Amino acid sequence: MEKFTKHTGIGVPLRQSNVDTDQIIPAVYLKRITRTGFEDALFSAWRKDSSFILNQEPFNAGSVLVAGPDFGTGSSREHAVWALKDYGFKAVLSSRFADIFRGNSGKQGLLAAQVAQDDIELIWKELENAPGTQVTVDLESKTVVCGNIVAPFEIDDYTRWRLLEGLDDIGLTLQHEADITAYEATRPSFKPKTLPAKVS
Amino acid sequence: MAKTLAEKVWDAHVVRKGDGVGANAQPDLLFIDLHLVHEVTSPQAFEGLRLAGRPLRRPDLTIATEDHNTPTLDIDKPIADLTSRTQIQTLRNNCAEFGVRLHSLGDAEQGIVHVVGPQLGLTQPGMTVVCGDSHTSTHGAFGALAMGIGTSEVEHVMATQTLSLKPFKTMAINVEGTLRPGVTAKDIILAVIAKIGTGGGQGYVLEYRGSAIRALSMDARMTICNMSIEAGARAGMVAPDETTYAYMQGRPHAPEGADWDAAVEYWNTLKTDDDASFDVEVDLDADTLEPFVTWGTNPGQGVSLSQAVPFPGDFGDENAKAAAERALQYMGLEAGTPMKDIRVDTVFLGSCTNSRIEDLRAAADIIRGREKDPKVRMLVVPGSARVRLEAEAEGLDRVFKDFGAEWRFAGCSMCLGMNPDQLEPGERCASTSNRNFEGRQGKGGRTHLVSPVVAAATAVRGTLSSPSDLDPAPESAAIRTDAA
Repeated sequence: MEKFTKHTGIGVPLRQSNVDTDQIIPAVYLKRITRTGFEDALFSAWRKDSSFILNQEPFNAGSVLVAGPDFGTGSSREHAVWALKDYGFKAVLSSRFADIFRGNSGKQGLLAAQVAQDDIELIWKELENAPGTQVTVDLESKTVVCGNIVAPFEIDDYTRWRLLEGLDDIGLTLQHEADITAYEATRPSFKPKTLPAKVS
Repeated sequence: MAKTLAEKVWDAHVVRKGDGVGANAQPDLLFIDLHLVHEVTSPQAFEGLRLAGRPLRRPDLTIATEDHNTPTLDIDKPIADLTSRTQIQTLRNNCAEFGVRLHSLGDAEQGIVHVVGPQLGLTQPGMTVVCGDSHTSTHGAFGALAMGIGTSEVEHVMATQTLSLKPFKTMAINVEGTLRPGVTAKDIILAVIAKIGTGGGQGYVLEYRGSAIRALSMDARMTICNMSIEAGARAGMVAPDETTYAYMQGRPHAPEGADWDAAVEYWNTLKTDDDASFDVEVDLDADTLEPFVTWGTNPGQGVSLSQAVPFPGDFGDENAKAAAERALQYMGLEAGTPMKDIRVDTVFLGSCTNSRIEDLRAAADIIRGREKDPKVRMLVVPGSARVRLEAEAEGLDRVFKDFGAEWRFAGCSMCLGMNPDQLEPGERCASTSNRNFEGRQGKGGRTHLVSPVVAAATAVRGTLSSPSDLDPAPESAAIRTDAA
């Protein structure tokens, strides 16, 4: 995974709560078997509306999405994160993220920064008053800067460390393979196995 | 130390405690007992293993089925949609290459992954269960800690049979009392979500407790746990009891002989200790609960069926007000309209929330001997091929067909419309599924989430209806309850 320390880019105000993953990427795009190439799928239903924020300059070149509370609810599809990244987003700001979405973001190097709703409102106003305003998201200091607004954000320390270092999860876990093997030896015999297959 | 059910299951699976304390604590590494796989969220994970040259560590704890893309008609013919066909074929190739057991379309054990696991007896109390699907929370009905994960985590479980998980908070959902006839598990969970909101469970594992939960069958408990994710929760659980054991006994992968006795002895310990405390407790009164229905575009936007579409101005919070305005516009509804005046075009009975045998029986009992509103289309999609066979053995397929409903093959179908079962733009649907998001059931489609008995009554009248609205109304005793 690519390291994330600090990013500066155009902020995109998305004044909406409960942006679910079916809106971020509709199910029809999940039939693909690749991990990239989802930029066309991002918010595809909403992008058919010419007034949608990503259809307006300079927001179409944005890389920091500033959304309402409960962003990323619903389906576990990691495709939602892939689509945001493929479009060019590096960070999403919201006062509350759905757990699975936040987890998926951390695995893919997309920064999900939890910012208080009051600060989100201020940033929305700034971005709407001065479209094209750059937002800086600094993971070292856990702050967001937008015009004169400086706001702290929250992210758990473990995810922050992995993002700063660009670490691969599976590689980290396999350092503890001996522990896994030891645990496996203690599993009781009544726990089920899928093989050999039994059917009714 | 006194522990909740969720904490007991967690502690029993810790492979390695995370280093550090407090804010610097790293996540615990947990062992995963069962990994369920389907065609949509796995191809990139298998590809990741291949690129890194890693084996799949425990094929004997992994099982795959085809469900999201599969057609529910003409299943003996090649899948018409080429991208769907490729994705299914990719799963078949991957399972063959990595030695994973797969139940393909046409197999008697094929079906929605969350229906198949419990039905085979692979989902058991006290297990950790994961799947690249948010409705994995379903399996919590057995007292398992069951979570939906993303594709990176799917690959992680494939490679290591573990997951690094952050600690959770605990929430008790206490449901006391007795459900009235026509009120079901679906109404309980829709009412819970309306109460705590779509983000209310965020960071929590929910434990459903109380006399109304204890009285529920396993199928009904699965309906409740299934929608825990719609409240934003990490997982939902019900402590195992005699109802659980009776369901388990004799299933293909249930323990036998001495293993059964050892298992039950362990399962009996899987209860929240009397002196354990939850971070949050929420109470719901089962006695006064009515059939519930959603009016908006997230599962928290629901009311009792006897109520009206709310006015956005009734919401104090500005975001909730804006969301309500937008939802009404999308749904094509006027505030103040009685829910029961809303006409639907389609009724969908299916999905991992409500497609098990009891759901089909409950709906069939309502429509038996009645006529469908001729303008309504009704789709009945059993959760698994096994459920379909069971229903046919009981003659339920005849009841549905005589009524004028379409009797389909198993899969996720119109819950998310990845196969041809989709709503047309503007089409309105009473659906027993779990999500009423914009476009979820088809571009421009409008979804009202309901229970199976409300879906059935709605198909008769053509407007959102409860069984008691039917003429003649069924005897209370004839309305199937969700009791064990």
